[in-house]
Order: sequence, then structure tokens, then C-alpha cells
Amino acid sequence: MEVASMESIGVLMTNQMYPYLEDQLAKRFNLFRLWNYPSLSAFAKAHANSIRAIVGSTKMGADATMIDSLPKLEIVCTFSVGLDKIDLPKCKQRGIPVANTPDVLTDDVADLAIALALSVSRRICVSDSFVRNHSWTKSPFYLTYKFSGKTVGIVGLGRIGSAIAKRAAAFGCPISYHSRSEKPDTGYKYYSNILDLASNSQILIVACALTQETHHIVNRQVIDALGPKGILINIGRGQHVDEAELVSALKEGRLAGAGLDVFENEPHVPEELLSLDNVVLVPHIGSDTVETSNAMADLVIANLEAHFQNKPLLTPVT
Amino acid sequence: MGTISVLLVAKVLPYLEQELDKRYKLFDGIDPSQRAAVVRDHAASIRAVVASSSGGPDAALIEALPKLEIVSSFSVGVDKIDLEKCKERGVRVTNTPDVLTDEVADLTIGLILAVLRRICECDRYVRSGNWKKGDYKLTTKFSGKTVGILGLGRIGAAVAKRAEGFDCKICYYSRNEKPDSKYKYYPSVVELASNCDVLVVACPLTPETHHIINREVINALGPKGVLINIGRGKHVDEPELVSALLEGRLGGAGLDVFENEPHVPEELFGLENVVLLPHVGSATVETRTAMANLVLDNLEAHFLGKPLLTPLV
Repeated sequence: MEVASMESIGVLMTNQMYPYLEDQLAKRFNLFRLWNYPSLSAFAKAHANSIRAIVGSTKMGADATMIDSLPKLEIVCTFSVGLDKIDLPKCKQRGIPVANTPDVLTDDVADLAIALALSVSRRICVSDSFVRNHSWTKSPFYLTYKFSGKTVGIVGLGRIGSAIAKRAAAFGCPISYHSRSEKPDTGYKYYSNILDLASNSQILIVACALTQETHHIVNRQVIDALGPKGILINIGRGQHVDEAELVSALKEGRLAGAGLDVFENEPHVPEELLSLDNVVLVPHIGSDTVETSNAMADLVIANLEAHFQNKPLLTPVT
Repeated sequence: MGTISVLLVAKVLPYLEQELDKRYKLFDGIDPSQRAAVVRDHAASIRAVVASSSGGPDAALIEALPKLEIVSSFSVGVDKIDLEKCKERGVRVTNTPDVLTDEVADLTIGLILAVLRRICECDRYVRSGNWKKGDYKLTTKFSGKTVGILGLGRIGAAVAKRAEGFDCKICYYSRNEKPDSKYKYYPSVVELASNCDVLVVACPLTPETHHIINREVINALGPKGVLINIGRGKHVDEPELVSALLEGRLGGAGLDVFENEPHVPEELFGLENVVLLPHVGSATVETRTAMANLVLDNLEAHFLGKPLLTPLV
């Protein structure tokens, strides 16, 4: 099947994730925009049989209800590397392949993890505000804490975790990690449980996939093990962390600081965090650069085209 | 040594001031009018001056202290100290290199990331409740960008090492090309600026490097380029920098230093493509303590007739 003749293929985009992606999908396929309908059921009533592909994202993927309501569904693509919003067992059951966007976003997310660690340690945002509100003319800023050489513990040494390790190592940070299984030949210290990792790290960075097993993997015990001088960086998913416990630990000084790109109920952030100087809060921007978003969009398109041309997917989820 | 008179001419870490006061006869000459009074009354006894990045002895002060033997600076930069006068008078000068290298290099990378990824703007965006209205816009990637370093000394080299962890290409300008360096050398600052995405100022401030970042260099860096200054404010022609940012001729800037600290050009406060820091390059508990100890150790070595640890003159 030629690219040009895919115009009749119905593709459902679940939310307004990226204008460039939307334009490309609309050019090549018969694009349906879910957000233009009052509900999934209203959409399904009108167009269920037209849909052969879903393009989802971190905000809305493809859950069982959606998959069940689309009898002609052949493929699910997600504009993300994370798969937690897709019902993978359901897709497997229906024989529906899933493709995500690994690798192209690895650098950006790793860069953000380091940016957050530096910003928290050195109070970059607080001191920028200190200058902008004229406080510097009255007094110097307070002393902060060194980042170089701190022990960095990484939860999940996948593509993103490894990229974070490489960057942190350039700052002389000893690297250790916890993972489902030990990775041979990394040169990094392995801990078979997250509690030991937290006890032995000054900066703990969450970089694993969100699954049932890793839900709230950072709980009160882990936070206490990281301790009053420890910093937590979360560039994974909000549900990796028991947010209520994190908030109380920060308020009570049981944790020194946190850099968070993700929250349990985005875009809502716990009110109590908004007044703290020892946290840096960013709105799930891990891969949100022009370069990377374009690369992710191109990968979604390439996977869809490959599927409809009966070619191997570029980045299938196995 | 409690009888040795030491003059403090700039604010330093409280720990350092306390220790100096314990070990020596310390005179507070931080405030200029107070300094004048101290000099008037005690000039004949002062044997050491402790300086910092915010203040050091100029020729006049050095001339006014006939018994001056050593100037110990609580900084690595010594642009506030008249080195020529010190050499002429046989006055030793020490600074605090190495102990702050990592710290300043860390902050440099922190500034680059904060500017390119709009970290501070995003943090403000969340705190103001704007995230509930919509996502923040897309920013630009850091990894893989070309970083140009002006001055490949200790700090410049440490910045380069860190940037390499992000797969950045490194190029540099220096008074002389470094034969053992694997990085690309450009023989002029304008050429360096033309060929990099992020330009980092990491050289000492001397008469030659005053306003080394001028309009021509800024224009060469261009509307997508980012300037990072962790050197001295006077490395950059500040009015030119401000107009370039306001007019969009420069993509962004991360500044830890300014021409007239603690004053920062008001026009910069409304810009979202700049990050403005209050000269905190070495300002961590760990590093300032190490710097303080180096000042104390240099003074002690001098007065015990031992070799100085980190002499410049």
C-alpha cells in the first residue's frame, strides 16, 4: 500500500498532544480527534468501525474500555516511551501491536533529571527569583549544597537511567542503581532492593517504568532511608512516589529536597509544595523540546506507515 | 600570632571572619569609610589584607600600608587586587583555586540547562497555577549542542568535561592554543562565537579581557545562541548584552555576574530567556569552607615562614 492511499485509514488521536503530529496525521490519514466529542461513547457511536489505529500519549492512552469499543483497531501508537496508560494485556489479547517512542527522547529526559538535581542542590530557581525581586541589593543569597561528587542512586537502569548515570558520572558522582535484575558490565554498584539504594545515596533518581510493581515504589520507608540530607528526583511517573508521604517528609525536614517533573494527579500539584524553597516543580516537560517532539512525532508516523504497509514496526513494544 | 594585624576589606564567610579574629588582630575595613579610619589609625601595623571577589586592595591602599606582606583572597579571581603594585612592593598574593572549580563548573551546567529548558520559568509556571490552564511551550535541547569555552583553564576544562557527558561538542578560545587539548581551537572570540550554540565565559578578568564579549561577539553568537557568564561582569559589555536580548539578536543568557553587583539591569527582569543569579558560583557550604581554610592556611604558612599553598605573586 502506498503512503498516498492511506488517506482513508481512520486514526483516532486521544488528545491535543502536539500540533505538528496532528498536522502530519491529518495529511496522511483520516484523522479523528477525540477531544471534539463529548465522550468516548459518543465518539464510538458515530465512528467506532472506522478506527484502525489509536495515537495516545501520557495524558490519555488506550485503556480496556477504549480498546473494546473499537472493533477494527489494529495498532496502538503512543507519543511517549511510557506505557502505563495503555492496557497492554488487552492489546495482547486482541493481537494489537503497540509502538512507543524510545531512544529519541532519552537525552532530553536525562538532561532534565540532571537539571532538576542541580537546580535543587544549588537553589537556582530560588536565587533567580531572589535577583528578580530585588533582594540581592539587600543581602547576599544563602549558601547551598554541592552537587559534584554526591552519590547518585538510580531506580531503573534502562535507556534513560543509563543516560542519567553517564551525565552524573561526568560530575564525579559515584553511581549506584536498583533494577529488577543486575546489569552486567556497567561499573555501577547494584542494590537488589530500593531501600538499600536509598540508604546509600544522597540523590535518588526515579527512572523506571510504571507498572503495578513499581507503583509507590518510593514510599515512606524509602524517603526516610534517603534521609534529611537526601534529594529525590522524579522524572518517571507521579505514581512512582507516595505523594502524600513525600509532602510531609519535605515539610517536616525528613527529606532535604525534591525535583519533580511528574505528579500523581497532573496538572494538580500539592498546594503545600508551592511555598517550599527546597523543591523544583516543572510541568511534565521531560521530552518537551522542539527537536525531540518532532523526532517523537516522526517516529509515531513511521510506525503507523510501517504497519499499514505490512512492514516491521520501528519501535514495537515487546 | 594574635598580635599580627590583619585588615579585612570585603565580606567573607562568617566562619572565616571568626577564625581570623581568633588567630590575629583583625580590623574590619569592609565599609569604605570605616576602612579609611582603620588605615589612618593602624596603617603602620597591618601586615596582611584579606580580600574577596567583591573587594581587594588597589594601588592606593597597598601604598598606604608600609608593613603589608601578604594579600590573601577569598576567591580565585583577583581582578580587584592591584597585582602589579603587589609585585613592585614584594607583597605576596594568594587566591583559592581548585577548591571551587567543581562548584563553578556545576553552576555553569546548571545555568545552561536552566536557560535552554526554561527550568525557572517552568517552576514559576507551576507555582502560579498556570499548568491547570495548559502545558508550557516547547523549549530546546541541550544534549549534543556545541559549547564554546572562553578560557580553557581549570574551570573551563571542568565545564568541558561535564558538557561532554551530554555529548556536546567542545570548542574554545584561549590566549594560546593548548597542544594537548582534544577540543577545537578558534583563534578569535568572534570565530568561537560564530561556531557554537552556547558560549561560556570562564577566563580571568584582566585589562585584555575587559568587555571581551562585545556587540560583535554577541551578534556572532546570534539569535539562537546563549551566553553564559560565570567569570566577571566586566567580561561583558552589559548594555550591549541587554539590547541584544531585548531585540532578539541573542537567544538567551545565564548570568552569575554583573558589571555593578548587586545591581542587575532592570530590563532583564521581564525576560523569560535569561537566568539571573546573585554571584553564587562557589557559594556552597562545602566549598566556601574549603576556600576559607585555604585563606587561613596560606596566612599561617606565610607567618611561619613556610611555602605558600596557592601563591599567585
